[in-house]
Amino acid sequence: MAEKVKLERQAMCDRLAMEFQDGWIVNLGVGMPTLCSNYEDSSREIINHAENGVVGYGPLAKAGEEDRHLVNAGGQKVTSLPGMACVHHADSFMMIRGGMIDVTVMGAYEVAENGDFANWRIPSRKGGGIGGAMDLAAGAKRVFIAMEHTTRDGGHKLLNKCTLPITAPGVVKMLVTDLGLFEITPEGFKLVEHAPGWSPEEIQEQTEAKLIIADDLKEFRFKA
Amino acid sequence: MKNKIFETMDAAVADIPDGVTILSPGFSGVGVPRNLLAALNRQGAKGLTGVSNNAGTVDENVDIGTLVEAGQMKKMICAFTASTHPSQVTAFTRMYNDDEIDAELVPQGTLAERLRCAAAGIGGFYTPTSVGTELAEGKEHREFNGRMHVLELPLPGDYGLIRAWKADTAGNLVFRLTQRNFNPLMAMAATVTIVEVEEEIVEAGELDPDLIHVAGIYVDRLVRIPEDGIWV
Repeated sequence: MAEKVKLERQAMCDRLAMEFQDGWIVNLGVGMPTLCSNYEDSSREIINHAENGVVGYGPLAKAGEEDRHLVNAGGQKVTSLPGMACVHHADSFMMIRGGMIDVTVMGAYEVAENGDFANWRIPSRKGGGIGGAMDLAAGAKRVFIAMEHTTRDGGHKLLNKCTLPITAPGVVKMLVTDLGLFEITPEGFKLVEHAPGWSPEEIQEQTEAKLIIADDLKEFRFKA
Repeated sequence: MKNKIFETMDAAVADIPDGVTILSPGFSGVGVPRNLLAALNRQGAKGLTGVSNNAGTVDENVDIGTLVEAGQMKKMICAFTASTHPSQVTAFTRMYNDDEIDAELVPQGTLAERLRCAAAGIGGFYTPTSVGTELAEGKEHREFNGRMHVLELPLPGDYGLIRAWKADTAGNLVFRLTQRNFNPLMAMAATVTIVEVEEEIVEAGELDPDLIHVAGIYVDRLVRIPEDGIWV
């Protein structure tokens, strides 16, 4: 057995980005999901969409080359690409609700085996941060989640049922954690790729929900 | 043609009374009407309701959070009533926790569409966003084509404070790149629309009519941002 390692955030996001198909319109959430844009594959064209109405933007701007009027949803200065377009916020969410976004990648506090997920409110804190998450969850063709497998104190995050207020019911299709890649099937979480050195039994121990182990379970892919 | 040009930010916001609803655009620090917000902060109107993507940030720039901190806002309607990270504690966070300010949390796309709806004279709309979540509780539900939706209502404003790139004396507006965000919607959803403009305000006829983002009929007041104004 290989040495037991937890996956780095960039490796997790690279793996989700490998699933993006040529021509997909992709909305990446603030934080970890933004790392998906670092994955390079010149064989396909990915069109980046952000909530503030920019579609077809390019990589992060280098120092000194920033345009003060051009940012992504996380407020990072990005570059323009030929074919880029800018629209206002209602038109941007028209794209989201209208089904133009092929995949959205978000972070989450919890994901449940029925595809529910929670990422906007912790009841111990007043208020919540929804941003565009509920619209994206309801409107995008696919919802992928990237998150750590457990909380900092080792608490479960892949659950039978969400304990926090959900963002949308039944929408998560794929999930990457630092322990592996999971598909959400009608029967629940299916482990399809495991982090190097981790057995399915060891991953199950870190998981509240009962895992289905793929017949063709593989080691986690770091490259396409 | 009616003169819409005001010489100063302070003159443009001088008559905003207590208790009105202010639409304040901007997203991720771009397209924020910082000069008009600074003037409204100096002017001192109180008991205001603010509509904005968020209720202020932890950075030093003037935004709606400046008015929150000054106690001018009684309520915020926004897509974030908690920061995305617990370490980011704003004036709003402290005041909301202490029940010193009221808030309504609205999904960002629903916020945008409610503004559009108000501008468009539409009585409401049904959206699948938030169905199955606690935000949908108490709202009218209706199924269309096998999918559940919730009813959302228009969100008009009394005053819209707008940041534009270019304008002409007729009030026609052009925005640049992601500066546009909520600006056109709020310009059209407000009863009185006040605009701070980055470039020189040109004579009517000098902007290409086919490239206008907001028609001048929506715009009441224009002020050029002075050289020593806030440019971020």
